[in-house]
This record gives sequence, C-alpha cells and structure tokens, in this order.
Amino acid sequence: MKVIESENLTKRFGQFTAVDNISFAVEKGEIFGFLGANGAGKTTAMRMLCGLSKPTSGKGTVSGFDIEKQSEEVKKNIGYMSQKFALYEDLKVWENLRLYGGIYGIEKKAIGPKIDALLHQLGFESEKNTMVKSLPLGWKQKLAFSAAIFHEPKIVFLDEPTGGVDPAARRQFWELIYDASDRGITVFVTTHYMDEAEYCNRVSIMVDGRIEALDSPKNLKKQFEAENMDHVFHQLARRAKRN
Amino acid sequence: MLRFLLEKEFKQFFRNSFVPRMVIMFPLSAILIYPLVANFEVKNVNLSLVDHDKSSYSRNLVQKVVASGYFNITDISTNYEDALETIESDQADLILEIPPNFERTLVKDKKANLMISANAVNGNKGGLGTAYLVRIISDYSGNIQAELMGNHGRLKIPNLDIIPLYRYNPSLLYSVFMVPAILIMVLAMICGFLPALNIVGEKENGTIEQMNVTPVKKFTFIVSKLIPYWLSGYVVLTIGITVSLLVWKLFPEGYLITIYFFATIFILAFSGFGLVISNYAVTVQQAMFMMFFFVLTFIFMSGLYTPVENMPGWAQFISHFSPLKYIIQVLRMVYLKGSSFNELIPQFIALCGFAIFFNGWAVLSYKKSS
Repeated sequence: MKVIESENLTKRFGQFTAVDNISFAVEKGEIFGFLGANGAGKTTAMRMLCGLSKPTSGKGTVSGFDIEKQSEEVKKNIGYMSQKFALYEDLKVWENLRLYGGIYGIEKKAIGPKIDALLHQLGFESEKNTMVKSLPLGWKQKLAFSAAIFHEPKIVFLDEPTGGVDPAARRQFWELIYDASDRGITVFVTTHYMDEAEYCNRVSIMVDGRIEALDSPKNLKKQFEAENMDHVFHQLARRAKRN
Repeated sequence: MLRFLLEKEFKQFFRNSFVPRMVIMFPLSAILIYPLVANFEVKNVNLSLVDHDKSSYSRNLVQKVVASGYFNITDISTNYEDALETIESDQADLILEIPPNFERTLVKDKKANLMISANAVNGNKGGLGTAYLVRIISDYSGNIQAELMGNHGRLKIPNLDIIPLYRYNPSLLYSVFMVPAILIMVLAMICGFLPALNIVGEKENGTIEQMNVTPVKKFTFIVSKLIPYWLSGYVVLTIGITVSLLVWKLFPEGYLITIYFFATIFILAFSGFGLVISNYAVTVQQAMFMMFFFVLTFIFMSGLYTPVENMPGWAQFISHFSPLKYIIQVLRMVYLKGSSFNELIPQFIALCGFAIFFNGWAVLSYKKSS
C-alpha cells in the first residue's frame, strides 16, 4: 500500500525551479531515504508533502489525502521534525510532549501516563522537569523525534534529523527510527550522511531538483558499480550544475 | 486544543523575565511620570531686565512681574545690547526694556511705551511668556490709569473683570487632560506590540513551523496568542486607573464599566493590528520598526498631545484612521464629563469597525503554508 505518492511535483520560486517534476511513491512501513546535496531541493519537496508549501504544479497524496486541497487532513496523519530544532526551549521536557499530545487530540487523561512511558523507554525519566534549552543537542533531537511521533502518526517526516551530533548519538537516533518503523510508522528521512543511507529500505537521490536515482541501497551500488553509497552519491552529485 | 495552547502561552509568559515586569512597571511609571513631563504650562520664564528709568513706577512694575510667579529675573543689564547677549547665550527667554523717563512720560502724557523682546526658538515658551507679561503690564497700567484719573477727577474707568468658568476641568490641570490619554498609549503598546513580537519571535525560532504542520486551526492559534495579552491589558488598565486615583486624585465622572467596555473593544482592535504586522514581518526587528512607525503616527494623529481641531485639514482627515483618537476621546469624555454609552455611540461604531477590520485582515493574512 502506498502512503506517499508524488506525481510531477514542481515548485518554482520566481525563475528558480527548486523541485523539478518529481514522481515517486513510498510504501507503508518503509524507511525511505531522501538524499541530495545542499540546495538540491530536498527540504522544499518535503515541505510540500507536509502541507507547509504549495506546489506550483503536479500532484501529491499523503496517507490518501491530496496535499494541496486536503492539507489539514494530511496534517492529522503525519509527524514532522524540521532541520532546525523547533520545540519550545522555555518549556520543560514533559510540557513540550503534553503540548503536542494535546494538539493532536490525545485524550487529556492519557497524556500523562504516555509521557512517563515514553521517557522510561528513552531512559530519560530524570530529565522530565528539565527546561528544554538546557539539554544537549543529541537529546534535543531525540526529544524532537519523540514529540513528532507522540501521537502515533501514520507517517513521520524527518529533515536532516541528525545534523551536528557525534556518530554514537546518530546511532542511537537511528535505533529510535527503527523502533518507530517496527510499530508501523512510515519514515521519510532526508540526510547528508551516506552511512545513514545504508540503513534505509530505499533511497532516492536528488540532483538539481530532480530525482536521478531511486532504489534500495544494494541495487544502487550494483547499478553504479560502487562499493558504498558514498561513491554512488559522488557520481550523481558531480552532475549538478547548480552552486 | 485551545486549552493546551493557552497552558503553553501562560507558562511562557510568566517564565519570560521581562514581559510580566513590563506589564506592571510600564503603566506604573508612565502614569506617575509622564503627566509631570508632558506638560505645556509655562513656568520659570527667564527674564532679562533693562531699566533705564529706575523710578518708583518702574520698580513697582518689576515687583509685580516678579510677584506673578511665572518669571525669574536672571539678568539686569544697562542696555539692550547686553540684554540681547543673555538671550543669545540662553540665559534669558524674554527682555523687558523700560525706556528712560518712563515715569515722567506716563504721568505727563498718560501713556508710555515698553519693549518686550522674546526668544521664539521655543515658540511655546516665548509666546506664552509674552502673553503673561502683557497681561501683567496691562493690569498694572489699568491700576495706574485708575490712580491717575482718580487724582484728577470724576471720570471713572468701567471695571471689566472677566472670570472664565472652565467646565469639566475647572482649574485647567494639564494632568487631568493627559492621564486618560497616557493610559491608552500604554494599553496600545502592551496589547499591540507584545503579541506581534511574540509571534514574529516564533517565526525566527522556527517553532511556528512545527505548529503549522499540526492540525491546529489558525484561528485557535491566534486566539491563544492574544488571550494572555488581553488579560494583561486589563491589568494595565486597572493599575493605571488606581494610580491616577491615588496620585492625581482623578476618578472618572462616568461609570468605570464604560471604560472597561470600550477598552475591551480597543484592545481587540489594536491587538488585531499587531497581528497584521506580525504576519508581514519576518524578523523581530522588522516588526518592531513597523510597529513604531504606525504607533507613533497613530499617537500624533490621535489628539493625544495636540487637539485634532488644531491640525490642518489633511491631517484631520488622516486622524479619522487612528483608532487611538476614538478611545482617547472616550476616556477623556468619561473621565471629565461623565459621558455615558449613549453619548459615545460614534466612537463605539468606529472602534468596532477597527476591530473587525484588523482582526479580519489578520486571520486572512496568516498563512500556514506558503
């Protein structure tokens, strides 16, 4: 079953075509990697799928809802974690979770126990009352991810979720992604790290606003006769004319 | 949904080290201090005296001038040129020159000339100082005339005394006029600036984007932003009314409820205006400057400092578009004349119009997607 479908999706800003006619589909339960160099159009494409940005042309559906006409329906079924940390720094850990739980309509009585269960699972109980601004970046990212899937969405969109942290923290973060995926949440993730690309079920690689390759990491390596995803990426990124 | 957003807004509001203090301190200091400073009564006019006559009449005149309390004699010169220098060096605002033979001419011809020169760099001080001096002198000349006529015979000068009765502000206290207006200025600042800056701050931090991918309705989000500042508005108003009662002995002649009722509509209108700004500004700095531009224009066009009737025609026309004008009229009328709702219907309609216009614009221009 396809949970994300994109058909000739295009976004132009004036003369500049940020996303150029992309078409692809994501299956339910998949971890779908969305790769590309800086400025290739990953974030713009993701923002269109989340209903934050209106496509110039083309069509897309997320969880069966049209991203343009039914964007508010789309929003009920997705979670989103932006590139920039976007939880409230002046709220405590539990307060942020309670806020997003409440917004997505989780019943009031259920929120408290759910927060405790989540913090227990993360081994983060001691930080329940910590102000978010004083957490280290790695923990902020885990918390942002947890807040994005707190309401058990069908799909979660992650925009470079592990930027700026060490390999150990990234590894831990990917464990959370696998947990979510095991629970049936479809994961749509953009990244710069090619080792992370290897963790995905399928990856697409964007160059200059277009999708130049889309397959499982294994097949891509075969197709490009490369030892690892890094080589695949370099071969494709070399074609870029922008920047 | 609104409940959770409100919880968040109130927690953030009280955790902010600056905003709650501002809500208390701003009205407090504004009502205490501004009326003392924003004052057009002219006192302490510095006078340079050139007395060529040195007679008993000229000394009497000088005494009378000093006794009026408006003037300080800061300089006594022997000629006009010296006196002018004190004006140039800003030691004096006015020169009063009494010519030689002032007394003799006065007694002999029943009239004499005096010269007043005013420094009109500060036109208000120069003008009013001259007016005071002229009044004192004509008073004095009236006395002398009576005295001289009395000495000579039967003719009596009809004594015309004009005693004006100033309705609504009997002693013409400037504070009575200013306090209600200052109260509104503070209210406009708190309820207009703060929510706008708060929203633009969320834009800058990127947290608003996280909100925009949730199913939160834009109306709900906006209301959650406004409610804390509406409540702050009532706090500001209550502090202002209390302080003006305690310090300025000012209490509205009309009903307090009329004031709160109109303030509610005004807060609604002006916070809506702040939201419109927040929808177009991308950074806090932009929002701040846009707010300053409009708020200063609104204030100067509102008749807060200078009566709208004194403005040129085009400015009077523009003043119709300042929501502050109507609410200041309301407060002054309720405070000074005790006007009731029935007399304030035009202002009610105008303020409702602003509230609908700005809030409608704010909801339409708030975009969850681009």
